[in-house]
Amino acid sequence: MHVETMVAGFGGQGILFLGRVLATAGMIDGYHVSWFPSYGPEMRGGTANCVVIISDQEIGSTISDHPNVCIVMNEPSLRRYAPTVRPGGLLVVNSSLITQKYHDSKIQILEVPGNDIAGDEIGDPRTLNMVILGALIGYHSTVKEESIRQALEEILQGKKSKLIDINMKAFTAGKNSILRKVTE
Amino acid sequence: MQTVFERPKTLINQPFRYCPGCNHGLAQRLIAEVIDELDIADKTIGVGPVGCSVYIYECLDVDFVMGAHGRAPATATGIKRALPGRMVFSYQGDGDIAAIGTAEIVHCAVRGECISAFFINNATFGMTGGQMAPTTILDQRTTTSPRGRKQDEAGFPFKLGEMLAVAEGSAYIARVALTKPQLIKKAKQAIKRAFLTQQAGLGFSLVEILSPCPTNWALPPLEAVQWLEKNIIPIYPLGEIKVKEGVPDAR
Amino acid sequence: MKKILMKGNDAVAEAAIQAGCDLYFGYPITPQTEISEYLSLRMPEEGKVFFQAESEIASIYMVYGAAAAGKRVMTSSSGPGISLKQEGISYLASAELPAVIVNMSRGGPGLGNIQPSQSDYFQAVKGGGHGDYKVIVLGPSTVQELVDLTYLAFYLADKYRNPVIILGDGMLGQMMEPVVFNKPDFPPLPAKDWAITGKDGRERQYILCFDLDPRGLEQFNNKIFKKYQKIEQEEIRYEVFGEDKPEMLLVGYGTVARILKSVVREAKDLGIRLALLRPITLYPFPSAIIQKLAQQAGRVFDVEMNMGQMVEDVKLAVNGAVPVHFYGRSGGMIPSVEDTLKRIRDILGK
Repeated sequence: MHVETMVAGFGGQGILFLGRVLATAGMIDGYHVSWFPSYGPEMRGGTANCVVIISDQEIGSTISDHPNVCIVMNEPSLRRYAPTVRPGGLLVVNSSLITQKYHDSKIQILEVPGNDIAGDEIGDPRTLNMVILGALIGYHSTVKEESIRQALEEILQGKKSKLIDINMKAFTAGKNSILRKVTE
Repeated sequence: MQTVFERPKTLINQPFRYCPGCNHGLAQRLIAEVIDELDIADKTIGVGPVGCSVYIYECLDVDFVMGAHGRAPATATGIKRALPGRMVFSYQGDGDIAAIGTAEIVHCAVRGECISAFFINNATFGMTGGQMAPTTILDQRTTTSPRGRKQDEAGFPFKLGEMLAVAEGSAYIARVALTKPQLIKKAKQAIKRAFLTQQAGLGFSLVEILSPCPTNWALPPLEAVQWLEKNIIPIYPLGEIKVKEGVPDAR
Repeated sequence: MKKILMKGNDAVAEAAIQAGCDLYFGYPITPQTEISEYLSLRMPEEGKVFFQAESEIASIYMVYGAAAAGKRVMTSSSGPGISLKQEGISYLASAELPAVIVNMSRGGPGLGNIQPSQSDYFQAVKGGGHGDYKVIVLGPSTVQELVDLTYLAFYLADKYRNPVIILGDGMLGQMMEPVVFNKPDFPPLPAKDWAITGKDGRERQYILCFDLDPRGLEQFNNKIFKKYQKIEQEEIRYEVFGEDKPEMLLVGYGTVARILKSVVREAKDLGIRLALLRPITLYPFPSAIIQKLAQQAGRVFDVEMNMGQMVEDVKLAVNGAVPVHFYGRSGGMIPSVEDTLKRIRDILGK
């Protein structure tokens, strides 16, 4: 296995956290992993992205010009990164914020109303990232679901551990939304 | 028979390298006397500069770290943070402390770093041959101000002591001269108060010592002393510039 | 030992603590500031000293002071900040003081940018400051190696009484990878009886960084160069990766070596046999093995994230025996596997 995942959106959408959870879960599953963020000079309000690579061999480059999986959380990210997805790859679109329809017959496109699910079902818009991650893993199980929980336990320690449950709830809601879609 | 005058134990028994009429030797002797009186030679670490002051490590029988031009206060900070129980002092000339090393000495004072700085102000770069220093007074001729220092070109003499006194972290700042016996006595007291300030953990201390530089001023030693009294002291007034509450008395 | 996912900068910082770093003096600059942030939290927990200096210049002289006092000391910075430290690094070498300096380098020249780069290679291995001296330079390629080479850096610094630079880049500093903290048992080191700690009953000692007598200074330089000779004999480290009997030898260090490993694997799928020589110590430089492998392969391809710096050392090692080709990206650009492979295929005509 060798999956290169690009996660892109606004700063504040939990992009880097999503990537970190995914990479940690990959590590728990025994894969080689890397996580590499864009690091710009702006502290707030800029674009954010990170590349997570999960592989069964030693990881070379930690950047990805042609990711297998690309998560876009806003329209600028869609415009910039959707065309880079490797043929046969997967594009996950946060359809709550991206109204533009993207077409590419060579890739699969998964639309997830992330902000709607986070706001309406979970009641916390900050859980958008975990909703999207749930949708991704529900569709394309790169890592095990129990590894996601373990990853959250590793990342959210001490005072932050109280956030594990709501994050898992969001993850499950995202996953279920895809399962519903696939059954439909 | 009673000994009334002798070489301080901490002053190594060898001739000074300094020019006749220079006050480095006297200043270093006073530091040695104070180290003896406070009985701190075993736990004192000196930090040397670049310039004529560099020879201090040959003269005082304490541990020394010699460093770069102007950076003695940073080096002293590193030593003090590594060995907080030690007495750490820097010994710097005006090119060193008031030109290239301004940032380091200012931040030591701002932080209240518990070190003592001894600053020999002779209004010139000595070792490199008498160039203009930030402390050079107006109209003073040097090899790089051959027509005298002009304010519209080179600004004003740098009053480091007064500037550092503004910093909250400085605890004791004094300016002294060594031109008369009673001034020498006062200078020694100031050096002692600086060490006592450090010992009490009160913060940063600095003693600025005005010194003639007969060679670079191109004056015979005695005339250099008179020139200093007449021209330098009025620009750099003597006295204790800052004494924070609690600074121990020298007696 | 448990594997944890950790950022390169945090990993260096944690490894420094485990290596027994007593004092750290820093100053913020992207992309290495996390080292300072991490240590500001952790050093006091360990009863150690974290200190943020007023400048890069002050921080290297604080390192100088604390190293003179016999402590294990580290500072870190990037590009412009490392330039400011160069005078102090020359003084450390001159005073034979051990210290660890981390450079998570970024694009230059000037303020440049904050993206990963290897353009500080010359500065690190050729002695960026004034005078005749050498600094041991380690070039990690993964977050795990950042950890392992941090342990080694403190040991080598003390062993040789010499500054050691860990030459990373923004990518290594910013990326996360799984790491295991497993400090090796290094052979015992002699006591630092030269340290400046106050006389305390012994004869006084001092540390000098000058000798005004030219004969004396030449003697001193001969002495430290004898030390460097020993370093060149005993401390060379490198990795060979890829195929036996390659058609071309690739040379690259740090981040580039990671990319070259991918290149070697992809080339194999295309039926092209490549091998990679990855210097781990950049000074001392693994010249002998490069010479040997280059002659076997008949052709060398050196890749760097700069306009061509290490390639000069590679050419010196090869000494004209075989052609040495170069591909570099600069300004914070990272060579891609695709572009690199295309160039190799062009050279080989495949």
